[in-house]
Order: sequence, then C-alpha cells, then structure tokens
Amino acid sequence: MRRSRALLAASAAAALMLAACTTDEPADTAAPEETAAAGDEAGAEGEEEPEAEGEFFVQADYDRQLAQRDVEPEGPADQPWLQAIEPEYVDTAQYAQDGNTLCFSNASVSNPWRVTGWITMQQQVEVLRAAGEIGEFRYSDAADDDNQQITDIQAFIDAGDCNAIIISPSTTATLTPAVEAACASGVPVIVFDRGVNTDCMVTFIHPIGGYAYGADGAEFLVENLEPGSTVLALRILPGVDVLENRWAAAQEIFADSELEILGDEFTGGDGAEIKNIVTQYLQRGEVDGIWMDAGDGAVAAVEAFEDTGNDYPVMVGEDELSFMRKWQETGMTAIAPVYSNFQWRTPILAATMIWNGEQVPQEWVLPQEPITESDRDEFLDRNADMPSLHYAKFGGEDLPGYPTAWQDR
Amino acid sequence: MTVTSPRPTRRPSAGSRAADLAGRLFGGGSATVFALLLVVFAWIFIINPSFAEPPSLMAFIKQAAPLVILAIGQYFVIVSGEFDLSVGSLVGAQVVIAAALLDGEESRTVPVILLMLGFGILVGLVNGLVTTLLKVQSFITTLGMMLVLYGAIRLWTGGAPTGALSEAFRQPGRGGIDMAVVRQLPYALLILIGLVIVAMAIMRSSYGRTLIATGDNERAAGFSGVRVWRVRTLAFVLSSVMATLAGILIGGYAGVTAQVGQGLEFTAITAVVLGGVVLGGGRGTVVAAMAGALTLEALFTLFNQLSMPSTIRPAVQGVIIIAAVAYAARERARPRQHAETPAESQQSSEKS
Repeated sequence: MRRSRALLAASAAAALMLAACTTDEPADTAAPEETAAAGDEAGAEGEEEPEAEGEFFVQADYDRQLAQRDVEPEGPADQPWLQAIEPEYVDTAQYAQDGNTLCFSNASVSNPWRVTGWITMQQQVEVLRAAGEIGEFRYSDAADDDNQQITDIQAFIDAGDCNAIIISPSTTATLTPAVEAACASGVPVIVFDRGVNTDCMVTFIHPIGGYAYGADGAEFLVENLEPGSTVLALRILPGVDVLENRWAAAQEIFADSELEILGDEFTGGDGAEIKNIVTQYLQRGEVDGIWMDAGDGAVAAVEAFEDTGNDYPVMVGEDELSFMRKWQETGMTAIAPVYSNFQWRTPILAATMIWNGEQVPQEWVLPQEPITESDRDEFLDRNADMPSLHYAKFGGEDLPGYPTAWQDR
Repeated sequence: MTVTSPRPTRRPSAGSRAADLAGRLFGGGSATVFALLLVVFAWIFIINPSFAEPPSLMAFIKQAAPLVILAIGQYFVIVSGEFDLSVGSLVGAQVVIAAALLDGEESRTVPVILLMLGFGILVGLVNGLVTTLLKVQSFITTLGMMLVLYGAIRLWTGGAPTGALSEAFRQPGRGGIDMAVVRQLPYALLILIGLVIVAMAIMRSSYGRTLIATGDNERAAGFSGVRVWRVRTLAFVLSSVMATLAGILIGGYAGVTAQVGQGLEFTAITAVVLGGVVLGGGRGTVVAAMAGALTLEALFTLFNQLSMPSTIRPAVQGVIIIAAVAYAARERARPRQHAETPAESQQSSEKS
C-alpha cells in the first residue's frame, strides 16, 4: 500500500514533468533545426504541425483560392449570391422534373452563422413559393450528427417525391456515400457550404474557401504589424477541414513573415475560454495581433485587452455584427474576413434554375470578400437594426421578410 | 520542482512545525488538494513571476470565480449523495435567457436577474423533487434536465443565442472597483467571498450537518428524524441557484456565445472530487471543494504558461486528476491513526 502511494506520487510528478518536457523541447530545439527553412518565427507550434499540414494543406487548392480572390466574378454585381468565379457551366436539361418539391438536408443550425443563413434561405423559399416555382419545401436538421444526416438523406431518397435534394453536409468523408446515393436516385442534387469527395452532384456551391479566408486575416496582420511583433492564433476546434484550411493558409503566410506566433489555442468558440486564454497570454507578455479562424467570441478577445489595460491589438474578426460594432466603437485596426453567408440563397435559386433547364456552374464559386475599414460603416449602417449575432454579408436585404425575419429569431 | 516540494516530509525533523504542516499537506488524504494547489501555484510563479503581481491574481480570481461557485453548488448535491449534471446547461440557458430578455436594455437588468434566480430555483426544485419523490436516480434526473434545458433553449432561440446583455448586467462578472496596487478589485471576488461565507455558514448550521448525515447514511438519517427528501431537494435548489449566479458572472465576464456553459457540469464535478469529496456522499468539506475548483483553474493556467500544445492538455489534466484523487484515496483507506501521524507518512516515503 505504501509502495503504491509513492508510485502514485511519482506518476503524478512524472505527468507534470513530462508535460513540461514536451513543451520545453520544441521551444529549445525548433530554432536551430528550422532556421534554414522557415526561420524561428515559426516558433514552438510550427514544429508540431507538419503532419496536420499534410492532411489539411493542399498547395494547389491554396494557390487557386488565393488567385480567385482577384478574379472578377461573372454575374450581377448587386446580387453576389448569383455571381460565380470562373464558372464552367453544365447542361441541366436531363434533370427536368414533373413536380417542384424541394428537399433540404441541413447539417445543423448550431451556430449564429448557420442560423442567419437558414433564415435567409427560408425567406428565399417563400418568394419562390409565392411565385409558384417551388411547391413543397421539406427540411431536416441533423443537429451536427453524421449518422442522423445519412438517415435524413436516405429518408428523402426513399420518399421518392423530392424533385431536388439540397445537402449541406456535416462532414466531408462520412457524408460522401450518402450524397452519392442521393445522386444515384436520379434527382438533381445540390451541395453547398462544406464539400464532399464526389462530383456526382449537379452543382457544388461554396464561397472561395477556407484558405482565402485564413489568408485574408493573416496578410492583414503581416501588413499592419511591425516585423518582430507577436501574434496569438485562436482556433475553435481541431480536425474540421474548413477551419483547418483557414489555419493552414495563415501558417503559410506567417511562415514567410517576420511575425512571431506565440501559439495557437483551441477555444471551442466559448467567449469565457477565449477571454481566459488571451488574458493569460497578456500576463506572459505583449500580444500585438490576434488571428482567429472564426469571429465567434472575437469581442471577448478584445475585452481581454481592455480589462487588463493593454492597447488594442491588430485584430482579425469576422463579419459578425457584435465584432463589427466593437471595431467601429473602438476604432482599432482590424479586418473582418467573410465566409459569405449569402451562399444560403444560392442553392434554392439553383434548384429552380435546374428545373427550368438553365445552365448552372458545376462548381459554383461565390465571391468572398473581407470587410475592411473602408466599407465597414456602410455595412453597419445597412444592418443597424440587426441583432449582434447577425452576419453583415447575409445578402437578404431585398427579400420581403426583411428586416423582421432576421430580427425575431 | 515537484520533487523538491514534498522533500520536507523526508527530512527527520518531525518535531518542527513546518515539517508537521508539510507532512499533513503532502501526506495524502483530504489535504492533497491544498498541496496540489500550492505546487501548481509555485510552479506558475517560477515560470512567470509576473503572475504573482496583484493585477494578474485578480484576473485569475475573476476567471476562476464562476467555477468555484459552481463547485460550491455541486458540493451540496454530491455530499448529500447525489449528482447534478444539469448545471452546465443551466448556466448556458441562463445566459441565453438573459441576453434574449435584456436585449441590451439597461433598465431591465434587475428584473431579469430576479427572473433568472426564480428560474434557477424552479429547475432545482424539479431536479430535487423528481429525484426524491419520484425516486428517479439523480444521475438520470439531471441528465434529463441537462438535455431538456439544452433543447428548450435551442428551440426557443432557433439554434443560437440572440439579443445582447446590458452593460449593468455585465458589471458583476467583468467590472470592479478601480484602485491602486491591484488595478481593479473585481466585483466577482467580492461576490465570491460573500458566497464562500454563506456556504461555510450553511455547512456549519444544523442543515449542513443533516446534509452530510444524509449523504453518509440515508436510512440512519431517516430513522433519526431527518426528512431526507427535503434536505436533498434543498441541496438541488442550492446547486441551481449557484449555477445561476455562476451564469451571471460568466455572462458578465465574456458575453454571450452559443457555447457558453458547455461541459461545465463535468468540470465542476471534477473540481469537487479533486477536493476530496467522495462521490456517493457523506465525506468532504466545502472548502476543499472550492480548493479543487481553484486547483483546476490553476492547472489550466499552468498549462498555458508552459505553452503546452492544446492537444495534449486534456490527457495531462486527466492523469493529474486521477493521480491526485488516488493519492488522496489511498490515505483514506488506511486506518485512521496512521493518517493523523505525520511520522507514518514520513517512513513510507523513506522506504520507497
């Protein structure tokens, strides 16, 4: 018994020591090993990442997305949800239907971005329903559960009376077979937001993508911070491809800069957690810039600087209004990368276009432009009556339910 | 560093007071949590001396206060022999309710807080009465409550929170009294001190003694005239009220996000168990439960100060918690007289 107690004490101590070792090591050894390649600005975290980079970083996609940011999209400028970047149109005559029941399998509405988009989508459906273009609109919400969504999609297939199936997949690999099954049932399939590993759908709708999003923020930090400045990266979760792409692109850009990346921390998107982490980094030393892979809780990060009496950092947020209002109020140097929320309208419009035999882009890349200080106030004015967890580029101002539908959620 | 701290127990100076204290601290048993707290804090100070500065400590208290309050609430329930898994969801629900009802209006602050307290009491009553009168195990009752709250809030808000908190509502969790030395004396600290005093008073009162007796042996307590159902229901109400207060502080501290409160029930239970309070009830002190919460928060801070990769943290945290609880439990399993003589623990460390 005595032995085991000592053993326990030893193991507890060992755990702590081990923890200390794993962290001390990269900080000490990273520099000499990496100076040749990336310089020590890659920092302690830089060495941990290579395998993640292999999985979530594809150079060709990165290069393409960064280039797409400068491509003038085709289509009406006042309706960005109908614009497309470098579209390759496909014929849809083969998908002609004798009904107009539209079915939508949604991954979830578990964050404000998805809630905003879902409202916009419903408003778009209302318009087309009133015009007689859509008959019934069926909806299922998988609450972020892959298995549930597979069941939901199968239920649409089995019902046999969906004239088009829209899918917003919860995860890429797991949902691929379900999307393929939907394609095999013969009705037109439309996928949007996150992708799947197949091209059987008629059209895949998405904004430029995660690399472009991550790069917008990272480039802004590089441009607006002195060489040698420190940047803290805040991330929501590991392992989600859309988020990993954002971080991979940011790492790519930071590696070529003189910025020192203090660390990358997972916050779960929880404001309290974000505030704790930022506060602790501020206790350790100066933080000149914050990079975030999504703007949820960006305000909490800014408040951590206020509450500890530090100067505002150069900030990467998102087009969520709570952040944009804080940005305007404080006048700090910031950028709001945008993951175009108006994409939620496009699949509905695409479905009716397909039914009408109109051509649609096979990969429908929507524009994705960050909000900068120059157009910030314009977007805030436009959304003045909107709640704080609303997204500035929701693209629903011309829909009949505006503004009340987005206010009373 | 960890090796040096327990060293005093090895030195043959059992007569000296310091060694006696150290022996009691590091000799296992219920004092383990305080020992761990000291070690973690010492380590943080060594890595980053600036953490010892008053403003940093105040920031630490501000962030730790909600968990300590949750641990107090959870302690009442656990020591009476039950669980409350609904507190995390309740914190989330309360913050979301507050944001939706306040919608940024300063004038509504007080009514909304009163309403939240009422809602908290109601949730606690339901938890308690379902557990005691309907005889549903509290694990299931509160798990159900956790899901009900989570689902109801999602239904009500359409998936993600809406509205905004008022500035006044945010003051308790975020604000403080500006002053020299500490920069700002957080209201959260004052509220925490108040609640600690209340909690200690409760545990010293006759209710506190009945609560422990109920957890220790429900039937014996029943035979000696304790109305078990009432004692336990009140414990659930206390827990829900504490969760409401924690929600006010968390909402104030960081504002509304969709994830607020998530997983807090397990952090709170971990804190209480780390404090040496026995699941199943009847043993442990509220002070140790609070120390458990502080230790957990300090561990999070330590991990951060070590710039430990965030991916490995949960694993290390798990090992430390299991080791600490096991270390304390070993001592408790031994006959009582051994636990009380520091000389015994001294020998054991020498031999091994």
